[in-house]
Amino acid sequence: MGRLLTWAYMALIYSFIFLPVAVLVLFSFQDSRLPVPPFTGPSLRWYAQVLGDRDLMAALGNSLIVALISSAVALVLGFLAAHALARYRLPGSVLIRGLLIAPMTVSYLIIALGLLTVFNQIGLRPSLLATGIGHVVINLPLCFAILYAAMGDQQKNAERAARDLGASETRVLWHISAPMLMAPMAAAFFLSVTFSWDEFIIAFLLTRFDVTLPVEIWSMLRSGLSPKTNAIGSLVFLVSISVLILLELTIFRKPRR
Amino acid sequence: MASIEQTERNRAAGFVAPALIWVLAFFVLPFAVMIGMSFARLEGRTIVHGLFSDNYVRFFSEPSLFKGLTVSLEITLIVTVISVLLAYPLAWIIAMRVPARYQRLALMLAVLPFWTSYVVRSYAWLLVLGQNGVINKALMGLGVIAEPLAIASTRTATVIGFVHFFVMLLTLTIYANLIQLSPNYARAAADLGASAFATFRHIILPLTLPGVVTGAFLTFVLCIGDYITPQILGGNSELTLPQLIMLQLGRRGDFPMASALSIVLMAVVTLAYLACARWLKLDRV
Repeated sequence: MGRLLTWAYMALIYSFIFLPVAVLVLFSFQDSRLPVPPFTGPSLRWYAQVLGDRDLMAALGNSLIVALISSAVALVLGFLAAHALARYRLPGSVLIRGLLIAPMTVSYLIIALGLLTVFNQIGLRPSLLATGIGHVVINLPLCFAILYAAMGDQQKNAERAARDLGASETRVLWHISAPMLMAPMAAAFFLSVTFSWDEFIIAFLLTRFDVTLPVEIWSMLRSGLSPKTNAIGSLVFLVSISVLILLELTIFRKPRR
Repeated sequence: MASIEQTERNRAAGFVAPALIWVLAFFVLPFAVMIGMSFARLEGRTIVHGLFSDNYVRFFSEPSLFKGLTVSLEITLIVTVISVLLAYPLAWIIAMRVPARYQRLALMLAVLPFWTSYVVRSYAWLLVLGQNGVINKALMGLGVIAEPLAIASTRTATVIGFVHFFVMLLTLTIYANLIQLSPNYARAAADLGASAFATFRHIILPLTLPGVVTGAFLTFVLCIGDYITPQILGGNSELTLPQLIMLQLGRRGDFPMASALSIVLMAVVTLAYLACARWLKLDRV
């Protein structure tokens, strides 16, 4: 009885979780113009339309560039700050830590509105640059927190040994600290890319002509339901899952003992 | 000796400076400017800076604005409660009933839809819940209903879309908590004659409560600040605070009012934080 209930609950909740994704993917293969039952496919025409859509492909490229660059900046800034706060005694370090984490607790909408207000006043036009600056703001706390938590004593000793052997601080960072933190660095970078790639409201308020993918998809929604939106959504899903599986098999694979 | 300490300190300051400057310039400063903006006033299309309380007075006196807060709070509370109630059993089943080597797989499947884009996920629910969507077609095909149910563009649709997202998130956080518990507690309780329910009620639940509160707080913060889900699924039937903020920006470029509403949103989140601060583990990063 308990066992049956357990499996029934699992089946029910997994169906709930999968339902929208299943519907999304199924009707991306719809042959007619509306992604609602009855299913009239399978057809690949909407995928062809997606791949032939210049605006959409440009937005995809923009998203990729913004995600990669802003994540790289967030990772470097986060790494240096984490190194300083984990290794040195700094006056006001509690306050600094709090400040670096703070953007995590504020809604993206508020961060976006603040940046928009300031950028308006200094004359920085809505652009991919403005969006990228915003994405560093949201990802820096994440990178900092992950790397700060990962800096342990074992690492400290290796750094000290290198320093005793006469390595300069830059060499220590580059040859000892960074390589020893490879896994958490990869995790932080990957998470940042994911968040930036999928971020909507900052990109929506801070771009105008060159937009990112979520903003482009948003403007597609205004013309109503279309299998084309299903197709681009399914493509994004497919790519994300592939990257995830690849990472799971390489970087995040736990060494078997 | 002192000089070595001095150089060390300078070096550390050099390392932390870029990140700190970024946060000060692009987070703290904009926030301060926004607070100032919330006390400005829109006359025609020009923003007059000053120390006016107009926006806040309007917020509390105009029902159309104040209702945004109550709507947001209601939706967020409903979503948080339902999500915890649905996610806890799932996390528990995965941690306690699923064989250890399948747990990672079960967990990854439970968060699979995370990997579609956020906008697309809300859109997908529209396909499910819409007038001629999957649910209505299925129910009508089965003869359960004669007329399609109006779910899309209602609060119900918003809540369903939110719950879907937060069940995934909470399953992760609660699972992480459950898996850290030593099985010895439950075993000891059982040895002492406690029923399965008593063990759960008096051992497991109290020990996982901090994790649940942390997850619930996260849900609260993300849910109350979200614009996409209510905009796509709820439509304009009733407006949440983020929808009102966007409306101020879009319609007349009313930055002062949008800023004031944002400060209200921040205040609510801060109050929620203070309310559950003693269970939260956020400061342990």
